[in-house]
Amino acid sequence: MEKKVLLAIKGLQIEGRSGDAWHPIVKGVDLTLHKGEVLGLIGESGAGKSTLGLAAMGFARDGCRISGGTIDFDGIDLRAASEAERRSLRGKRIAYVAQSAAASFNPAHRLVDQYCEAPVVHRVMAREKAEADAVELYRRMRLPNPEEIGFRYPHQVSGGQLQRAMTAMAMACRPELIIFDEPTTALDVTTQIEVLAAIRDIVRQFGTAAIYITHDLAVVAQMADRIKVLLRGSEVEEADTRKMLAEPREDYTKSLWAVRSFARPEQPPATGTPIVSVRNVTAGYGAINVLTDVSFDIHARRTVAVVGESGSGKSTTARVITGLLPPRKGEVLFNGKPLPPGFSARSRGELRQCQMIYQMADTALNPKLRLRELIGRPAEMYLGLKGKALDDRIRDLLSLIELEPDKFIDRLPGELSGGQKQRIGIARALAAEPQLIICDEVTSALDQIVQEGILKLLSRLQDELNLAYMFITHDLATVRSIADEVVVMQQGVVVERGPKAVLFAAPKEEYTNLLLSSVPEMDPDWLNRLLAARGEPA
Amino acid sequence: MNVIVFLAAALALFFVIGVAARAAMKTLAPAADKPTFRDMPLTASFGIAVILFYVLVAVFGPLLAPFGEGEVVGAQYLPWAAPHYLGTDKLGRDMLTRLIYGARNTVGIAFATTALAFVVGSILGIWAALAGGWLDQWTSRFVDALMAIPALIFSLLLLTIFGTSVLTLILVIAAVDATRVFRLARSVAQGIVVMDYIEAARLRGESNWRLIRREILPNAMAPLVAEFGLRFCFVFLSISALSFLGLGIKPPTADWGSMVRDNATLITFGDITPLLPAGAIALLTVAVNFVVDWQLHRASGLKE
Repeated sequence: MEKKVLLAIKGLQIEGRSGDAWHPIVKGVDLTLHKGEVLGLIGESGAGKSTLGLAAMGFARDGCRISGGTIDFDGIDLRAASEAERRSLRGKRIAYVAQSAAASFNPAHRLVDQYCEAPVVHRVMAREKAEADAVELYRRMRLPNPEEIGFRYPHQVSGGQLQRAMTAMAMACRPELIIFDEPTTALDVTTQIEVLAAIRDIVRQFGTAAIYITHDLAVVAQMADRIKVLLRGSEVEEADTRKMLAEPREDYTKSLWAVRSFARPEQPPATGTPIVSVRNVTAGYGAINVLTDVSFDIHARRTVAVVGESGSGKSTTARVITGLLPPRKGEVLFNGKPLPPGFSARSRGELRQCQMIYQMADTALNPKLRLRELIGRPAEMYLGLKGKALDDRIRDLLSLIELEPDKFIDRLPGELSGGQKQRIGIARALAAEPQLIICDEVTSALDQIVQEGILKLLSRLQDELNLAYMFITHDLATVRSIADEVVVMQQGVVVERGPKAVLFAAPKEEYTNLLLSSVPEMDPDWLNRLLAARGEPA
Repeated sequence: MNVIVFLAAALALFFVIGVAARAAMKTLAPAADKPTFRDMPLTASFGIAVILFYVLVAVFGPLLAPFGEGEVVGAQYLPWAAPHYLGTDKLGRDMLTRLIYGARNTVGIAFATTALAFVVGSILGIWAALAGGWLDQWTSRFVDALMAIPALIFSLLLLTIFGTSVLTLILVIAAVDATRVFRLARSVAQGIVVMDYIEAARLRGESNWRLIRREILPNAMAPLVAEFGLRFCFVFLSISALSFLGLGIKPPTADWGSMVRDNATLITFGDITPLLPAGAIALLTVAVNFVVDWQLHRASGLKE
């Protein structure tokens, strides 16, 4: 039996404005969604996923306009409808869950106040009824203490809980359609599972149709009945999830599927003096010890991945190595010699040897400096290059990170894409000609195709320049592709460490096992199996 | 009726100057900046035109002025008639000449004072934010203490102690105003020093001076420039106020503030001559604020 069509978008065109010109963002996309169906929208950044998702509510962001096509929601033409009509739908029959719950909740109001807003405004429920209903939905979203969690402010609950509270809020009026815009992208793997399971359950229980936007294929495989692939504002292909995963038709889709296949060749066990040796480090802020007795080594041409959930002390370890946070106990050896604990006591030579690449390239590059100075400064400072020699070096570095020097050398960071900015971060680290580069979640903010490009680049540079990497991440798929050794951290303690192959094949500790099993796989049954194995209701 | 005609004429003049100035800047600007000037609001182009006019008058003052600055050229309080187009003041000096020289003195001193206040205030403010800890506490609390004293009283006090010369006038007003700039620069810089690029630069081993100059200042420019415009007007007003009280610019140096005071008697006879220097101050203040508003608007990214 064919289900009733809920949302029908035909030949949708959306244009965005840059300066005075309008350029197309979505170029004639068709989309059909039946009642109770979940459609996954995937594609790299800039594919128009979010724009399309918002258009399903008849909404265009500032600086965008819907320029063609029709949007039909249950017989209502959303393009022709007045703003008042559309408003009466939003929040009541169509709801939206944004990527960052932390940024979407108003920090000045309690969760339940924000929950009640839509039902009360749309006159679906009275305030008391809505509050009681909130508790019920919080329970169904498996939030701890459903009776009282609503009375907290957004900053008093964790990121994963906030994302679930956001979904509960979207369900408040029992909408027929929910648009999820990358709801788990900002969460770490173990939290992601909980949110995914909760979202999937509640959508099924209420028979809500959903559009699930993400760039993570493994996630979409768990959530969606059908998948639509977008590329630069056009549809590539659409099929049922299982069919799409098993036999993608288009080359572009195949390339998306193959992203996770990159793997650095296995390296022989390292010998000799390690470049960096962290010895029994205990460090912290104020009265709290964030790290307790942490030890590990990093050898030349090897990548050590430090993994763990947020708050496990990964970044703090990096701060100890760079000297931003002098340790309370223990020391950091560099080529066998102890480094001064604070960075201001280190010589330029010592500072040069250890460079850092940051997670957010946006905040790691001074937006007012041109690439010439951003990349050139370390070379100028440490290596004393000037004039022509400096210019040549900057051009070499740009070629090394696969950006065309003549085109890019005088640009500002704002004129680059996310992946290009991260490449500039890498070039800046390389300009110092270091022995160790600390990569702090360098690929987390990038979508998978760009991620792969960065990982390949890092791997190539490692072989060419004999670099050692300390790779901080919560993404175990990344670890699988490039790490040689893995250090697993939990609450400031090294739980387990060893060569990647050994650790992945036979994790000794329960925590390692939990982390490893939480990495989404492309198999659409993965989440069911995992939840069953963990003894939770599927 | 007269008032309405006058207002309509002023408004028309404003439009004519604004449109003409915008057209001129659009043609003269290099190709890359043309869109900036094309999208410029009329208020901003008018403001720029007026400021340019003041600057020209100040620079070419001695060439433009028909008489000498302190020269007594006729009877006192002469009406507006050739060769004294704006009449004479209470000592029989040419009013137009004094207005032109006043542009030099008042605007020049105000600019020097504001610039000094900004150099000192913003460097110290950014340094305090960068250094943090007790250094930040001491400098900031000291500045707070200074700010607790009303600015005019404090300037009067300092001027009585150090005497009234142009140099002390500049230093005193700059010192008072630098405290305000310090607060702004510090709070803006506090938002910047926590960015990863500052951490990266510190880890690279950059000196404080370079961090302030190359890493922080370019990112703090927008609010500082906006504040510069406002401060400039305030300085203007405080110089005029001090001159009016007799502690600012010493006669016979022409100064708009003291010119109002000296000729104030005329107002009682229904003559608007003493209001001309006041009008000159008001016009410049408005013009500077038009330009500042435009800059703020651009910096905040609020298009349309």
